[in-house]
Amino acid sequence: MAYRLIGKDFLPPDVVAKVTGRAKYAEDFRVDGMLHAKLLTSPLPHARVTSIDASRALRIPGVVAILTADEVPQEPAGNPILTNEPTFVGAPVLAVAAIDELTAAEAVDAITVVWEPLPFSFDPLASLSPSGVTARSDGNVGGVGVEVKTVTWEAGDFAGGDARLPSGKMGESWQFGDLDGGFANAKLVLEESFVTASMPHHTMETRSALAYWRNGKCFVHGSSQSHTFIIPRLARYIGVEPENLVFIGEFCGGGFGSKGGAYPLMALPAHLAKKTGRPVMMRISRAEEYFLGSGRHGFQGKLKIGFAADGRITALDVRLIQDQGGVIGATDYRSAGEGLAVVYQPLAMRWSGLPVFTNTPPCGPMRGPGQNQMAAAIEPLIDKAARQLGIDRVAIRAVNAPAVQSTFGPKSEPMSSCYLKEALDKGAKAFGWEARALRSGQRRGSKVIGIGVGQAFHSAGFNGFDGLLRITPDGKLHVHSGVGNLGTYSYAGTSRVAAELLNYAWDRVVIEHGDSRRALPWNSVQAGSNTTFTEARTNYVAAMDIRRKLLAIAAKDLGGAPDDYDLGAEQVVAKADPAKVLTFAQAARRAVQLGGAFSGQDLPSDIHAITRQAATAIAGTGLIGVAKDNLPKNGLVPGFCAAFVEIELDVETGQVTILDHLASCDVGIVVHPQSIDTQIKGGSLMGIGMARFERRVYDPRIGLPANVGLTQAKPPSWLDGAASSVAATVDAPEMQNPMGVKGVGEPPTGATAAAVLCAISDAMGGHLFNRVPVAIDMIINALAHQAPPHRPLQVHTV
Amino acid sequence: MMVVSRRQMIKGVIAAGAVAASAGSLFLGSAVAAPAPGTAERLLTLTVNGQKRRVDVLPQETLVQTLRTKLGLTGTKIGCDRGECGACTVLVDDVATYACSELTHRLRGRRITTIEGLEGPHGQLHKVQKAFIAELAPQCGYCTPGQVMAAVALLKANPHPTVEEVRRAMSGNLCRCGAYDHYLKGVMRAAEEV
Repeated sequence: MAYRLIGKDFLPPDVVAKVTGRAKYAEDFRVDGMLHAKLLTSPLPHARVTSIDASRALRIPGVVAILTADEVPQEPAGNPILTNEPTFVGAPVLAVAAIDELTAAEAVDAITVVWEPLPFSFDPLASLSPSGVTARSDGNVGGVGVEVKTVTWEAGDFAGGDARLPSGKMGESWQFGDLDGGFANAKLVLEESFVTASMPHHTMETRSALAYWRNGKCFVHGSSQSHTFIIPRLARYIGVEPENLVFIGEFCGGGFGSKGGAYPLMALPAHLAKKTGRPVMMRISRAEEYFLGSGRHGFQGKLKIGFAADGRITALDVRLIQDQGGVIGATDYRSAGEGLAVVYQPLAMRWSGLPVFTNTPPCGPMRGPGQNQMAAAIEPLIDKAARQLGIDRVAIRAVNAPAVQSTFGPKSEPMSSCYLKEALDKGAKAFGWEARALRSGQRRGSKVIGIGVGQAFHSAGFNGFDGLLRITPDGKLHVHSGVGNLGTYSYAGTSRVAAELLNYAWDRVVIEHGDSRRALPWNSVQAGSNTTFTEARTNYVAAMDIRRKLLAIAAKDLGGAPDDYDLGAEQVVAKADPAKVLTFAQAARRAVQLGGAFSGQDLPSDIHAITRQAATAIAGTGLIGVAKDNLPKNGLVPGFCAAFVEIELDVETGQVTILDHLASCDVGIVVHPQSIDTQIKGGSLMGIGMARFERRVYDPRIGLPANVGLTQAKPPSWLDGAASSVAATVDAPEMQNPMGVKGVGEPPTGATAAAVLCAISDAMGGHLFNRVPVAIDMIINALAHQAPPHRPLQVHTV
Repeated sequence: MMVVSRRQMIKGVIAAGAVAASAGSLFLGSAVAAPAPGTAERLLTLTVNGQKRRVDVLPQETLVQTLRTKLGLTGTKIGCDRGECGACTVLVDDVATYACSELTHRLRGRRITTIEGLEGPHGQLHKVQKAFIAELAPQCGYCTPGQVMAAVALLKANPHPTVEEVRRAMSGNLCRCGAYDHYLKGVMRAAEEV
């Protein structure tokens, strides 16, 4: 289907502000009388605060207030606003508000805290051992829907040695198919234990926030991927009714999952502002961001995979220990299992998992949470099987790939558009896979060529949120978008759906976003690759509502029935008489006169309270289209990526140079070509960081972190990417979306990480590290046949 | 039991090779009651975006602090505040400079250009800004002012760089979104403009 706007590049309204410096992030705002907050954070990985003496601090001129954990809401085992039992270095214990930051910092220095140091743990497996230490005083295991408790495995569970994941009982599991039969009948069975490192998000904008109270309303300037989605929970953290919370966040300086939902720290300045009666700015430093800015969960795991002679996976058994960090995090270990079931379609499968606390910073979702760690862990094993079975490495992936209407998992859940095979095929052709594969292992001087392919999946769309549109009496279309602005421009791309359907020229459209006072509807979390699919649907249903109302007003004023009319260029036109028209501007004025549902006085009963509040705020100002997305959706909307790389590995230095990279993605119909290109490439670069550099390193003896800063943490720079990077798309429509669109923000990360790891393995004759990232020293040690400095399944290591 | 002051612990943490949680620059707002000896502000004149600006500056104050908190130029961003990320890049005498790593009082008589000073007298965008828009170079946008300034500095010194020269010259500016390829296209496009 040919669209007028969808699939075409355009100028997103916020991009000029970004290149001129006029874009204002949370820390760029100033309010009269503003105080500054500084945090006192835990210097110990696990401790109990037994007393706080702030008397000296409070005597310092300019110090206004101190806020402690006893004054803020507590979430059991959750990420704290402030805590009296820090479970990681850097956990916020109290905050000081003063007239400037220097004074606040001086006050923090003047506070004496008596700490009771508690035992700490950095290794989930060590914590599960009979002599293990529990990272929290209430237990070592806990998660979303998993009660916090202490789990201790028996000595016998560890009898397999250091290199095998112990065989202790897992907390959760599911299974389908004949697992034993699948392994018994397999031509080849591989069994490997592995580690994927936890790593910080390190968004460029730290999570600074500013808050103040006026007339019972709390105003928060914060850094958030999502807008209206965070309101209910942020309101709970602050202790205010959702309708009295005004959130302002027009720009978000990077989130990658860490700012998807409401996070407790954002509530802190609101508490201090309430206590002091003055606005409070909390600037978060880069070092604080390392501790408080979330991270990707690490895994210690084991995979057992049975392959038929043609490469088809007959049975797959996966065990995953998730490193939770010091508080309850995300559910990566579950989505990792789901991802395996989707991507490899095993005939039989068992998944089991256990989330275990360590005294490291909190983790949460990070770009492809679970699926991407899994891609990095399993894909080199798929290569190993291909080599042993004598099958091409792309072919073995294609033979297992799902197709349209495939199902997955223990409940045989349905999926819609699955074009992973097509993505593999298109990518392999564009990359010249066959010709390049012949170069695999070729050596020039000290450099060896490695070729790699990798693939990854993430679900790409939700449903059930609301759309809100308005045509004002000047004839302009206002798209009210509550989805947030994390930097993908999808808030604008999905707004074009409404413009497309209502025949609007793009320069006659205003996107209302970034500030609760702009009347923003209940939209989805801007995360999980879902905005494009989900908000295309909400804008579709609202556009259909406004279309229905436009036709009804025309029939009312010009005679006949609504069906006698159609939409032209900003006017309703009679089908039988093109001269008989009602402009959208006239219709908007009539809607104001007519009132009722036309102008938002009467609202649908099934919309969310936040949409109701927004629609009420603009009622009577134009023709209002508002609806909940009740379109049918049955099953998972998957997004896929197949990535290809060619590398050069220097066997003398261990250095890896990525010569060429191509990511081929199943994205549905492309909404915004430039944006999809930059999303695929940016996601891929994050995969390069994941494969090669990024991890949290701790000294297990003293419990302190060793790579807090960006230089040590090493997010990829200009020089770490491929010399040449290409993004390709399959362009096949997603059938559960009326526009055929879906998202793809996350799979390129896992696919590229996997491709790089497979290429490194390829250059080294199939050597498996079973560890992510593969750092240079690991390569050098392996080439020199020297043991690495850590135990095979040890985590948080250099 | 263990009693430690914040400062003692920071010392210990630094000695252990780690970084203290709160170490970073601190911003002064309005004046504190009585400044401690050696912390008094001194009035000096800076040349910022072609204008002479009189400003009170502390001895330990960095340029990014002065720009953002005293001159209201918040287009210059703080990403790390320790010379690692380049988000605060400005031009000092046309050379790309990390504003977090320069003491303001040392910049008397130097020509400072920030992102706010790039536009022409009638608001015309600089060719780098136009090229970054055309290539949709920014994603989240937080590193963008720094990327723009680094590119402007590069093109002043080397008006027709190769791809490799651009990558090397810009490598002091991190972008966590990984938008380097689009920034690269933007710099190459700007280099073609007169």
